[in-house]
Amino acid sequence: MLPELGTFLRFQMQRHLQAALRRPSDIVGPLIFFLMVITLFPIGLGPDPKILASLAPGILWVVALLSSLVVSGRLFQADYEDGTLEQLALSPHPLAISAMVEVFCHWLLSGVLLALASPVFAALLSMPSQAIPVLMASLILGTLCLSLIGAVAASLTVALRRGGVLLSLLSIPLTVPVLIFGTAAVREAALGYDPSSWLALLGALAAGGCILAPLAIAAGLRISLEA
Amino acid sequence: MYFQTWSAVWQMDGHGPYVWGAYSLTLLVIIILIAVPLVRTRDLTRAIHNDERRRAVAAEASGKNHASKT
Amino acid sequence: MWSIVHKMGSPPWFYRFANVAIAWLLPIVLMALVVGSIWGLLIAPPDYRQGNSYRIIFIHVPAAVVALAGYYVMATAGLMSLVWKIKMADTAMRALAPVGAALTFVALVTGSIWGKPTWGAWWVWDARITSMLILFFLYLGVMALSEAFDNKVAAAKACAVLSLVGTVNIPIIYKSVDWWYSLHQPASIKFTGESAIDASMLYPLLLMIVAFYGLFALTVLLRMRAELLITYSQSAWLRSELS
Repeated sequence: MLPELGTFLRFQMQRHLQAALRRPSDIVGPLIFFLMVITLFPIGLGPDPKILASLAPGILWVVALLSSLVVSGRLFQADYEDGTLEQLALSPHPLAISAMVEVFCHWLLSGVLLALASPVFAALLSMPSQAIPVLMASLILGTLCLSLIGAVAASLTVALRRGGVLLSLLSIPLTVPVLIFGTAAVREAALGYDPSSWLALLGALAAGGCILAPLAIAAGLRISLEA
Repeated sequence: MYFQTWSAVWQMDGHGPYVWGAYSLTLLVIIILIAVPLVRTRDLTRAIHNDERRRAVAAEASGKNHASKT
Repeated sequence: MWSIVHKMGSPPWFYRFANVAIAWLLPIVLMALVVGSIWGLLIAPPDYRQGNSYRIIFIHVPAAVVALAGYYVMATAGLMSLVWKIKMADTAMRALAPVGAALTFVALVTGSIWGKPTWGAWWVWDARITSMLILFFLYLGVMALSEAFDNKVAAAKACAVLSLVGTVNIPIIYKSVDWWYSLHQPASIKFTGESAIDASMLYPLLLMIVAFYGLFALTVLLRMRAELLITYSQSAWLRSELS
């Protein structure tokens, strides 16, 4: 018997979160990656706090983008391999919605976690403390956009053997506006200006992405299942 | 024509290498864009013609064989 | 209207159409390119600020305009292939991406060459150049995705989805790059200020833009015809067409 949509979504969410929590290394890994790449910048650029502080918004955002790309390669992979995706595609509930549940869980455990940990990384790059709330807000909104873009690319490449590099190739050009709005918000805040318009733009991207990306993700997954 | 002499055309007041370089690169890309599919089309057409001829010969041979047997 | 779309979707009809169109386009496009280049290189007067280096505009701007339009054409073909499952739209998409990428490449390199005498550097992170570079990446993505699939039908569908996603994003990318540029650059040092263009420069420019559109159509048709020869090499209609 078919569960109601609400129950169905709750089950799906439970399943994804449980599967992710069973492998904590996959959750902690990207954070450690982030920390390590951040460490490379003072080593490469020199330890001058002024230079680091002026570059910090760009560095933090580029590294967040990269770590988001790295993890989005895993989206849909397990479900594709064990046939769950096929079942979801056959179920009367729209594939777009069940795919969005996975993207949402993925975002909670990668993007939101990263945003929560970001004050530590900001401190490492001696970023002014008044910019930290804006950094967190911009990362929460921005990583949602990045997860959606990564999910579109992942849905198209999940059936391919060497999908990893391809996924980055497909996603990076699409992530440009997110990077621009995100860094602009943090920069403005660090300089003491009002960043709200940039955050609003990020929010608009996230809202638009939540509406349009599911259609592309569902279409991409169906193509990957047929290929 | 704007220029007085041919050497002025090549020089373009010192901008010649840039202008002519850009135009020759574009020409190269255009030639590649047009020539590659043309050559491919020629090769493929030739391959199909050869295949047709081979089939015709084979059909004729098998037809003769058939005739000699009966 | 619908009967045309229907006919366009039939490979034999399209093959005949391509043959006729190529026979007409090839001489016309080459002629227009030669006339436009001579006009731009030799006849048009030099720009009062940039001198003769501005003559690169007659290939740079047409290549950029057509490269951007080409992405929309590709996305339209993608939409037709997804919604109406028109076979020729798949072929068109595969043919469009490399041509668009080549034109974007021309626009980038000629822009960079133009930049050297104008700005004193081969590469400047100007808003338009950056947008062009991102467009180049978008084309490369479609090409790479199309190569990665073994199944041609799936490849075409995947590229269609990707190009539609790209189309939604292109205006956002352009606008955001514009803002990014003005954020980092005070408005007074703007190089790419709009200025009225004199008729003596405008007419050759318009001719070259038309010529590049023709070149785009021509090369896409050439590639599509070659593709048809591979896909239908065993079919009777093609064999009777060739004999």
